[in-house]
Amino acid sequence: MLRAVLKDAAAIVGIAQTPFAKRLEPSEKALAAQAIIAALEDAGIERSEVDGMASYTMESNDEVEIAKNLGAGDITFFSQVGYGGGAGPACVGHLAMAIATGQCRVGVAWRSRKRGSGTRPWAGAQQASANALWTRPHGLLRPVDEVAMLTRRYMHEYGATREHLANVALAVRGMANRNPHALMFEKTLTREEYLSSRWISEPLCLFDNCLETDGALACVLVSAERARDLAKPPVYLHAFGQGLPAQSHTMVNYWCDDPLRGPAWACAKQLYRTSDFGPQDLDVAQLYDAFTPLILLSLEGYGFCARGEAGPFTEGGALELGGRLPLNTSGGGMSEAYVHGFNLILEGVRQLRGTSTSQVKDAESCLVTGGEGVPTSALILRR
Amino acid sequence: MAEKEPAAEPLLPPIDADSAPFFEACRRGELHIQQCSATGRLIFPPRPISPFAPHAAPGWKRVSGRGTVWSFVVPHPPLLPWYSERAPYNVVLVALDEDPTVRLAGNLVAGAGAALDSIDPATIRIGEPVRAIFERLAGDVVVPRWVRTSEA
Repeated sequence: MLRAVLKDAAAIVGIAQTPFAKRLEPSEKALAAQAIIAALEDAGIERSEVDGMASYTMESNDEVEIAKNLGAGDITFFSQVGYGGGAGPACVGHLAMAIATGQCRVGVAWRSRKRGSGTRPWAGAQQASANALWTRPHGLLRPVDEVAMLTRRYMHEYGATREHLANVALAVRGMANRNPHALMFEKTLTREEYLSSRWISEPLCLFDNCLETDGALACVLVSAERARDLAKPPVYLHAFGQGLPAQSHTMVNYWCDDPLRGPAWACAKQLYRTSDFGPQDLDVAQLYDAFTPLILLSLEGYGFCARGEAGPFTEGGALELGGRLPLNTSGGGMSEAYVHGFNLILEGVRQLRGTSTSQVKDAESCLVTGGEGVPTSALILRR
Repeated sequence: MAEKEPAAEPLLPPIDADSAPFFEACRRGELHIQQCSATGRLIFPPRPISPFAPHAAPGWKRVSGRGTVWSFVVPHPPLLPWYSERAPYNVVLVALDEDPTVRLAGNLVAGAGAALDSIDPATIRIGEPVRAIFERLAGDVVVPRWVRTSEA
C-alpha cells in the first residue's frame, strides 16, 4: 500500500501577478520580485520567513538574486525544473515535497518572463541546438512547426478537424473575455475569424497559437497545519506528478513507438495514483495551451476521454463555463497571458478560492497541467 | 549607402561524435542508421549506449533509404531568413521501411537540386512512398532529401 505522504500536506496560501502586457518597462528581475512580494502579502507572511524557492531552469532570475531582493533569510531548499512549459506544476510540487519532508517551511515559486517585448527564442540562431539537430536544418524551426507535425498525424489517425481546434480556441477566448486582466479581455473571436486567419504552420493557424506576453506570477506554499491559521482560504496540493516516458524527446517526440501517447500519460499515471479525485470527479481544469492541439492530447492523457476521442469531446460547448469540463478559465496561455503556464496555477487557486471571473460553482478540485510534448508535470488542487 | 545584409544561410546541424557517422555516410550518398550490435535493432537518434544492450557497442547499418510519409507540415513566415525566402515549403517525417519508428525529418522535393518548395503541398499524402536523395546544405554538410518513389 502506497503511503501518500504528499497528499494535502501543503497548501498554496498566497498568489500574485504583475499586469500582463505586450511590453512592460521593468526588468524580469524587478517583475519577479514584485510578484513574489505581493504573493507574500496576499498570504500575510513576512519576507524574512521565506526559506524555500523553486522556479524554471529557463527563468533568468536565480535564487541568489531573488533572495537578496526579497530580504529573505537563510534559504534551505531551492530547486529548478527544466523543459520550459513542462515545469510550472513541478515547481509547486517540489516545494510541497520539501515542506512535507521538513526541508523548508515557507516556499515561493515564480516565473517572470518578457517574451512579449523580448526576442523569439528560435530567431537569430546560426546553428540548430543539439536537441533539434535532426529537425531544424530542414525548416522545422519553431515550436509551432514541431507541434503541427504531431497535429496532422493526430487528425489523420482519428479524424479530428480544424473545427475541433476552433472549439478549443473559442472556449478559451470566451473565458478571457470575462477576465479584465487578460490580454484578450476586449477582443472577441468568432469561428469565422478563426477559420479565415493566416497559416503559421499548416495545419495550425494564428489562433492555434498562444500569446507573446511580458509578466510575472508567484505563489506561496506552507504546511497544511500552518495554512489553517492564515488569512486566505488554503488551497491544498492534493496530488502531484511528473512524466518523462520511454524514449521521449523534447518537443520533437518523433522517435518512440507511439508519438501521440506523450508525457501526459506517464504524468497522469503518477498523479492519480494517490488522488481521491479521478478525471470524472474534477470540477475544472487548467490545461497547458501553448497550442490548441496540446489540449486535445492532454484531454486524452489525463483520462477525460478515450484515445482519439478528444476532438468530439470538445463539441457542444464542453470546454466552456457550464460544460462538461470548463477549462483555462482565466483565458490560459492563448488568451490571458503566456508566461510558461504559471497563470494556469494561479487560476486553479482562484477557482478553489471562489474568486475566478469564470467561476465554476462550488468547485472543489482543479487539475493544472504543464506542457504536453515536453517532460511535464501536473497538480490536483483542492479546497 | 546601407550595408548589404549578409546572405541568408540555412541552419547547420551541430554534428558531434554520436551523429558524425550519419553525416559521413550522407556525403557518400548513403543512408546509415545506428544499430544495436547485440539485438540488431535500429537506434535513432544515435547515442553512445544502446538502450537494448548496454554492454554492446552500437554499430551502423546501411538502410535502403525507402520509407513512407508519416506526417508533414507547411511552415509560413515569420521564419529565419533563408527559410522565409523559400516558404511556404514542406517538412515531412519519413518512417523508414526497415523500422517505421525511425522517422527522419526532411523535405519532399521534385528531384535532385530542386528547391524546397518544388512540390505543391496540397498533393502530399500521409502514407505515400518516398526515397532518399542527398543534397549539400552548406559547406560540407550533406543531408537527405526525399523524392516520390514513382519519380526520378
